[in-house]
Amino acid sequence: MTRIFAKTKLLESQIDEYLNHTSQVGLLFLEAIKDYLEGRFEEFESRRQQVGALENHADELRRDVERQLYAETLIPESRGDVLGILENTDEVINAAKVTLAQVSSERPDIPDELDGDFLELADYGNRAVQELVMGIRAFFRTAAVTDFVHKVAFWEKEADTVAERLRRRIFAMDVELACKIHRGSFVRHIDTVADEAEDVSERLSISAIKRSI
Amino acid sequence: MILFFLSSALFLGWSLGANDAANVFGTAVATRMVRFRTAAIFCGIFVILGAVISGGGTTDTLGQLGAVNALGGSFMVALAAALAVLWMTKAGLPVSVSQAIVGAILGWNVFTGSQTDVGSLIKIVSTWVVCPLLAAVFAAVFYLAARRLIARWSVHVLELDAITRTCLIAAGAFGAYSLGANNIANVMGAFVPAFPVRSVAIAGLFTIDSVQLLFLVGGLAIAVGAFSYSHRVMMTVGKGLFRLTPVTALVVVLAEAIVLFLFASQSLESWLLSHGLPTIPLVPVSSSQAVIGAVIGIAVVKGGRGVRYSVLGKVAGGWAATPAIAAVLAFLGLFFLQNVFGLGVVRPTPFRLSEAVMERVSAEGLTSLSLEKLKGRSFENARAFKVALMDGTDLDSADVSLALEFAGRDSFFIVPDLIGAFDPSLLTVGQTDALRALEWRGFSHEWQLRERLVEETAEWALLPDGRENHQHNKAVRYRLRHVYDTFRVPLEREGR
Repeated sequence: MTRIFAKTKLLESQIDEYLNHTSQVGLLFLEAIKDYLEGRFEEFESRRQQVGALENHADELRRDVERQLYAETLIPESRGDVLGILENTDEVINAAKVTLAQVSSERPDIPDELDGDFLELADYGNRAVQELVMGIRAFFRTAAVTDFVHKVAFWEKEADTVAERLRRRIFAMDVELACKIHRGSFVRHIDTVADEAEDVSERLSISAIKRSI
Repeated sequence: MILFFLSSALFLGWSLGANDAANVFGTAVATRMVRFRTAAIFCGIFVILGAVISGGGTTDTLGQLGAVNALGGSFMVALAAALAVLWMTKAGLPVSVSQAIVGAILGWNVFTGSQTDVGSLIKIVSTWVVCPLLAAVFAAVFYLAARRLIARWSVHVLELDAITRTCLIAAGAFGAYSLGANNIANVMGAFVPAFPVRSVAIAGLFTIDSVQLLFLVGGLAIAVGAFSYSHRVMMTVGKGLFRLTPVTALVVVLAEAIVLFLFASQSLESWLLSHGLPTIPLVPVSSSQAVIGAVIGIAVVKGGRGVRYSVLGKVAGGWAATPAIAAVLAFLGLFFLQNVFGLGVVRPTPFRLSEAVMERVSAEGLTSLSLEKLKGRSFENARAFKVALMDGTDLDSADVSLALEFAGRDSFFIVPDLIGAFDPSLLTVGQTDALRALEWRGFSHEWQLRERLVEETAEWALLPDGRENHQHNKAVRYRLRHVYDTFRVPLEREGR
């Protein structure tokens, strides 16, 4: 019996750590974009590497949690949902990591007048991630997730609005088409973070309904 | 020979283990919260403990319904019930061993012309309605409480999982204990009146009486049933009726366990009595009915969605059919056993209005000229005597019951050696002295022996029925049964 509870505590702390990593990735993502836009490339690289390291550790944690859930046949009824949520959350972390990697390797040329919009887009992505993490914590604490799911959807919509505006501004500029497409692809990449967060939150709300006793 | 007769009870015990025991842990195993092996081990151990420690309570009720008093009869009663259970299982309906055994006992009563105690029958049949209702109410209340508690507590799902698992095992063990205590009478109850009461030493360490030994064997049969065949039934019970979450599975197990406990616990009965509260009749109830009641209770609280009423109707039909099928099977089986194999299925209890009986009933205020016409005549059994009383006299039904109570013939001979062989803890010193005072005396009726004992000491007296005397009367009746069983002489050997 003590073994079961000890194992439970360990798993709980692993899941908490995983969610801490996710939250931190969101914050680092925003700071890294800010650094890049303001020309602090060294700081940008350092944050990008931190995100990479967090992603690796989060992957290990997730795999370990999944293995234990199955090996110990824990939470048999909601195991599938929990695995789905954890794996989809991984996509959020991946989206941030891939976007930063692309910025690092392709070094897009962003004119100063677009900085504000890009920053706003990254900010909304981060907000969506933070609300998502709180929603997942509430899910694990058998509390209501509706408020968090609603906020994630809100920030995702805001991000979409900014992304749309940015794309229109980019394609209205008097620059080469290749440059427009390059800048546009970064808008899409940064927007992916909020999109992925929304996907997880939708899954989260369904799982919460299923879990109600 | 006894082992052969017991085989049908073991078969019944096995099917009880495979079906009813599955109800206890079914929801836990089907929701994958408890492994089958763990469930089977806990179930087996606690069913045996419940049967041996608290099994006596419901036996009395079954004994009152019909005292199957010959091993051949007990054999067929258990076999008929087991076959009825098997039949219903094949039909895919949740089985109620309690109903099957009641039906089979009624079949024995009809075949042997014995009296059916209508009071006990009503008591038992009413529990078939009360038990699922009670389980539904408990489950609904527990469900609402659990939902509120979890909402307020905001416990981590993993902790909730661990707590639910632990509670499921604890509630399941409690349910298995209650099942053993409540349902062992179904398996072995029909053998109790046919078994002489003796104390048995186990490896010289402690002694249990022969009834407990009987219950131990029955408990083992139930445990074997749980191990060998309950897995499939567990999955059906846990998944077929209604989609259950681990917490609702726990609520179902808990509600069922409590209902079984309420109908089986003698300690609870004495506690209620001592506090002047109404008691719950100690009657074998069905765990299938309790489970279905509990599930429906939760479904209703959840808004009544997802209940398959057609299935529910089919199940209720099965509950009505089971006792009827068991009664018919018992009747036919007893006919074959008696007429084809020449086995005794009933201890002959002739009825005769002897001089002593006439005096006794007139002392009770029953004086009727029409009764005189039957004086000295012998009747094969209670039914024949009752028919003669109804047709040949002007007695009302209360007087008929009175005559039936006193006219049953029996034969007792107080052999001194047998008094010495009594378990000293069973009787008080006064009660033993009263027996000694009657050494070498013979009696033709239970009431004669009882009244002579009362004349020796008031410790043998039954007090007026009422809650304050309930425990005393129960103990005296139990001891009287020991005395009857010990000193009874078969009627055909009488006078040798």
